[in-house]
Formats: sequence, C-alpha cells, structure tokens
Amino acid sequence: MPQSPKAPLAVLAGVGALVALAACDSTGSTTSAAGGPIKVEASDTSCAVAASTANAGNVTFEITNKGSKVTEFYLYAEGDRIMGEVENIAPGLNRRLIVEVPDAGKYQTACKPGMVGDGIRGDFTVTGGAAKQNDVNAQKSEATKSYATYVANNTSALETETAKFVDTVKAGKVDEAKAQYATTRAYYERIEPVAEKFGDLDPLIDVREADLQAGQQFTGFHRLEKDLWVTGLKPDSGQVADKLLTDVKDLVTKTKTLQLTALDLANGAKGLLDEVATGKITGEEETFSHTDLWDFQANVDGSKGAIAALRPILQERDPALVSTLDKQFANVQTLLDKNRNGDGFKYYNELSQDQIKEFASAVDALSEPLSKVAEVVSK
Amino acid sequence: MTSQAGNDEGARVSRRKLFGLAGAGVALAGAGAAAGVGFDRLGEGSTAQAAVSTVDFHGEHQAGIVTSTQQNLHFAALDVTTKDVGELRQLLRTWTAAARRMTTGQEVVPNGAVGGAAEAPPGDTGEALDLPASELTLTIGFGPSLFDGRFGLAAKRPAQLVDLPLFPKDKLDPTRSGGDLCIQACANDPQVAVHAVRNLVRLGFGVTEVRWSQLGFGRSSSTSRAQATPRNLFGFKDGTNNIKSEDTDLLRDQVWAQAADGQAWMAGGTYLVARRIRMHIETWDRETLDGQEQIIGRTKGSGAALGQAGEFDQVDLNVGGAGGVPLIADDAHIRLASHETLKGARILRRGYNFVDGSDGVGHLEAGLFFLAFNRDTRTQYVPMQQALSAKDAMMEYVQHTGSAHFAVPPGLTPTSTWGDGLFG
Repeated sequence: MPQSPKAPLAVLAGVGALVALAACDSTGSTTSAAGGPIKVEASDTSCAVAASTANAGNVTFEITNKGSKVTEFYLYAEGDRIMGEVENIAPGLNRRLIVEVPDAGKYQTACKPGMVGDGIRGDFTVTGGAAKQNDVNAQKSEATKSYATYVANNTSALETETAKFVDTVKAGKVDEAKAQYATTRAYYERIEPVAEKFGDLDPLIDVREADLQAGQQFTGFHRLEKDLWVTGLKPDSGQVADKLLTDVKDLVTKTKTLQLTALDLANGAKGLLDEVATGKITGEEETFSHTDLWDFQANVDGSKGAIAALRPILQERDPALVSTLDKQFANVQTLLDKNRNGDGFKYYNELSQDQIKEFASAVDALSEPLSKVAEVVSK
Repeated sequence: MTSQAGNDEGARVSRRKLFGLAGAGVALAGAGAAAGVGFDRLGEGSTAQAAVSTVDFHGEHQAGIVTSTQQNLHFAALDVTTKDVGELRQLLRTWTAAARRMTTGQEVVPNGAVGGAAEAPPGDTGEALDLPASELTLTIGFGPSLFDGRFGLAAKRPAQLVDLPLFPKDKLDPTRSGGDLCIQACANDPQVAVHAVRNLVRLGFGVTEVRWSQLGFGRSSSTSRAQATPRNLFGFKDGTNNIKSEDTDLLRDQVWAQAADGQAWMAGGTYLVARRIRMHIETWDRETLDGQEQIIGRTKGSGAALGQAGEFDQVDLNVGGAGGVPLIADDAHIRLASHETLKGARILRRGYNFVDGSDGVGHLEAGLFFLAFNRDTRTQYVPMQQALSAKDAMMEYVQHTGSAHFAVPPGLTPTSTWGDGLFG
C-alpha cells in the first residue's frame, strides 16, 4: 500500500504509541481490530500468548520475537487448517497479525522458532459472536456443498491413481510410470488450492526442486519426475514413492473435514489460473518431463469446477460476468485443444514462442474476470 | 498461503483529495514562476510545479503531440485479439473514461486503489496514489493492421497510413514492431506514465494484448520555445530545428491532417511514426570530437550549426570553410534531415532516450526511441528516412531495431470517446 513516508508516522505520533512497531510493520496498520491486540512473546523455546480466549470476529495478535532465531506465528483451526500466519519475524522485531475468525470453537496458536516443525502450540478458544459465514446464505451453502463433492471425487481418484503410479515406480517400470505421471497429477492440480489449505502437505507432495530450502528433503511428485526423466530410478525412489502415497492419503483424509466458504471457491478458481500464469506458461512446473500442458488443463478444469459451483449465485448477481467467463474459458480450452497430441498434449518444449504468447494472452483474458468473482460472491 | 493484513482507514485518501490540497497550496508558487523565470529550468524536478501540472485531455487535437514534451515516456503497441468489433468499441470508451480521470491525477475509477471491497482486486493498481498528475498525457493511435478487414474498417484506412517500407540498414525485430493500436503516455514522473499504461492494458485483457512496449527518459526534443533543447545519448542537442507548438502555420501545413486529405474522420489528427533506434554508444564514444561534430553538422557545446555562432542561428548548408570545402559535409545528419534538402518536408519530433540495460556482451542496450508526427508520412517521414538511411554518416553508429506507424485521431470533447470518428 503506497503511502507518503510521513503519513503513518505522523498518525502514530498523534496517538503516542508504537512508533517502533510501525517502523518494521510493512502493512503500516495502526488501527486495532475489534478483538483488541493480544500480545505474544516468542522466544527460541517458548510462546507466551497473553490471552487464550477471544470473541469471534477480527482477532489481532502482536508478536514480539525475543529469541535469537527467525520465527513465525500461526493461528490454526481444528485439523491444522491455517487461519492466519505471519512469517519471517526476525529477532527483536514486532509484527502484527489480524485474523478473521468468524466461528466460535477451539483453535491453536503456534510459534515456530527457526520456522520449522509443528511449533510451540497453545490452545486458543473463540467464543460467541459472528454467524457462521458459510451458512448465511443458502445459495452459498449449496455452492460449497457442490464443490465439496467435486473435491471428494478428485481426491478419491487421486488416491487410487497415486497408488497405481507408486506401484509402477516401485516395480521399476520407467516408461509406464512416465505415462502415468501427468494423468495422476491432474487430480491434484484440479484441487491444489484446497491442498494448499494444509500448509505442510502441499510442499511434501508438490515441491519443485528449485524451491527447496536448505535442509529440506526433495520429495513428492517432482522428485519422482526427476528420477524418471533425468537421473533414472535411485535406491530410495521406492521410499519416496511410498511417502508420496502416505502424504496423499493424509490429504484425502483432511479434505473430508474441510469447511470451505464460497469466498474460498472464488479465490481458488482465480488461484488456479494464477498458477498457470506463473508456473505453466513459463514451463517451470514440469521442468524435467515438460508435461506442463497436462497441469494447465487440470488447473483450468479445477477453476471451472469451482465456478460451476458458484454459477447460480453469479448468474443472479452478475450475468454479464458469467458470459464473459464462459467465453474466456472456452477460448482457453480451444487453445489447449489445438495442442493436443493423442490422449495428451504437446510437451512444453515443443511450443513456439508465439504459441506460448497466445496461451499467456488467453490466460490473462480469463484471469481478469475471474479476479472479480470474489467480490460478487462476497456481497 | 495467506497472511492477513489489517486495513488502515487513514490511508484511504483518494488521489483527487491529495491533488486538491496540494494544488491549492502551490498555485501561488506556480503563478510567481510564470512571471519571468524560464519555465523549463524552474519547472523540471520542482515539486511545486509538478503538483499543479495537468494538461487538458480535451481539445481540437489530442494532448501529447504539441504539448511541451514531458520528461518520461511509456509507449505500448497492442494487438486486438477479439473478433467482436463491439468489444473493441466498448474498450475505447472504457479507456477514454479512465484516461479522462488519470490525466487529472485521479485513480482509474473512484475509490480504485484502496477504497473498494476488500474481497476484490483494487480497481486501480495504486502505484500512482499520492502522486500528482505530473502533466500526464495519453495519446492513442490506430495501426495499419487494424484496417485489415477484421472490423470492417478497410474503407476507413487513410492513404497516408502506409505500411512503412524497409529502409536501408534496418534490422527490425518483429517483437518491437507494428501493432493494431498504440498508447503513448508521457509524464514528468515515470511512475505516473507506467501506471497509466499498466491500467489501460489491464482494462484491455481479453480484447487487446501488448505486442511490445518501450520506456523512455530524458525527452530528446522540445516542442515549445519555452523549453531548452535537450541532449540525446550522443551528447548533442537534439531537435533544435523541430516544429514548435508556437508555429501554428507550420503545424497546420505539416502536422495536422485535414478532411480534404481523404478521410474526414482524421481531420485534426496526425500520423505517428515510432522507430526504436539502437545507438552503438561505445563506438561513438571513441569517435573524435571533430568527427562527432562533422557527422552531426553541429558543434557539441552550443549546438550551433557548423559555421554559425548560436544554437538557433539560421543553418547555412552552403557555408564554406578553408579552401571552399563546405563546412557541413554532404553526409552530415543535419544536411540530409533539413527541409531545404527535402523539398520543404518537416516533421514534429517527440522522441525519448532509452536504456534497456545491457545487451549481454557488456554494451549498453541504449538509444533513441524516435517518435514523430506528420501530416503525410508518404511525403514527409519516408523520404527523409530514405535519405538518412542511405547516406547519413551517423548510420555507422545507429541501427533501427523497431518500427511502427499509427493514425492518431483528432482530439476529444468532454463527451466524445476515442473510437467515435473511426467507428461513427
């Protein structure tokens, strides 16, 4: 948020508080939310949260890192669903986190010194207040129910197909495994924003080698992709495959308890296309197998799935937006169809610069109207 | 992953509010400056002047042509991707409304940057929030390819809007050439110019796509007698003999299209030639001072034509030096580009310097982004460039890498839009 450099300081000086906080708070936020700031003192071994209850609504935490390691602070709902997080709190710094918690219930706070592991947990109870966001409107409830079915169908297929893929890898059948790789991933790519709700699982299943952090193990689909296409199967490929199946099963279990809101659907539909724009259009996602167009198709399908669930709401509130979305979805699909090869697609490295540009342009044209869905839904 | 940031009500200040406050505060300073002090020297870089600086978006001609040249440029050429002429027409209306606001220092839409719904992406990208209008002008043009029949415009194509010929020594990059439409954004703050193009491009997704774009800094010509002549990256004053906004007769004859020229919808418009001219800076810098001055035909210090004393002294192409040898060589740049040599043909120049980093072998990817406006490109720019490309001694140090041509429609009234004449 661009502001003239003097403005936030002047405001703070006026209320006589927290000048030091503002200096390191990138949001420039000065207002306190309805819940009132709850102080959190983090050290390398402790996580002292000044209050363990709050009223539903916006809950504000003020975290001070008094330890020697960079830390993070999280608020989790049941099932380790991330409600809010603030990362990269350097020693000595204060950071503020405002989390919208609409529902009463049991939550957990966590500090993560060194930004690793499950963190130092504490129970946190939210009481009273706000109506359940996903129940306020029957239409929205229908939408999320319908999308939950879509997610369930895909996760179930993901589990089945991953099990087959893992067996093939373990049997050392490289060509067969290569053929299964992209089609198995499709089920994951369709619902990736859902998977991302579980902070730890997405990196285990889908991390790219280039994104690994120091000390992080290279696991999941892309590790096997590299084994299959570049290095040949390794002694631990079988173990990696087994771990992938375990993580996928874990994901499937967790998605069953997930409560999505209509807003989640809208943002997920947009997020999938953003993935295409940043990862697939550049050919970075499938750097060894070049099967980016399979993922691209799956992301588009997933986005369409979410929009399909929201369709009755959108149709009622903004029919023009629906026809724009239909048109741009169709346009992207036509382009994908032009690049089919048998049951699959051309490999990314077979595309010309002109074709890539054509894809980028079509994705931009779809993503702009998609980015307007959340606002329409939230009204 | 999401981390939620808080809202700060205090930060929700519209560009309009800020502009209003700042404008009132410095109006006096602006008036004082106008009396006596050279506008150019005082104005550039002065926040007082920047704050009061809007250029009227409306008028007989589009702003950004004879408007005193601003310091910075963002130029974008776009292709139309829709096949639906109605969508294109609508986009031109949307662009006009956005331009009308942005050129007065406002956001693209009311409450665009920070005042909108939290669940929606902001309607304005926000990087120009708090910045004054900075003399932003937005000028639009239509390329020859727009008239290819897709939109039923073939009969509207002006004869003057030729496909530019390939000139000798051109090394044109197709990814820096052509385009169905262009947007020229000029401002005294590069961020304001970039903001304007970025937001128009965003409004166009699904209807247009960017074909190429160019940033420019340090105007390399002046379009008003109130402005000093700037220097290009060769270190020479550039555009001393340019047509100035005060030369109304010359503008009428050489720049503004008339209904009688063939297409009534272009009356009051003009034709824009855009050429990306890469300069081989490093080899130029190893040329002797005398050699550099011979190539240009002017002295480097004062900018006076060879054989003259002052920058604006009348150029004499025939003045002889020792032994009767002409001081201005046969292949000097100013001789070949002069209207005496070109049967009176002139152009209005509005170019900018550019540096696009380095080229991978350690040389500056730099040069002049040449923009010029003329009434008939066939009889003005084309013969001029033919002569220069074929004979100019400077061609050893420059290479044309991009090329485009656009019909720039006339100016707007407060109720008209950019597509009116063309589609009307």
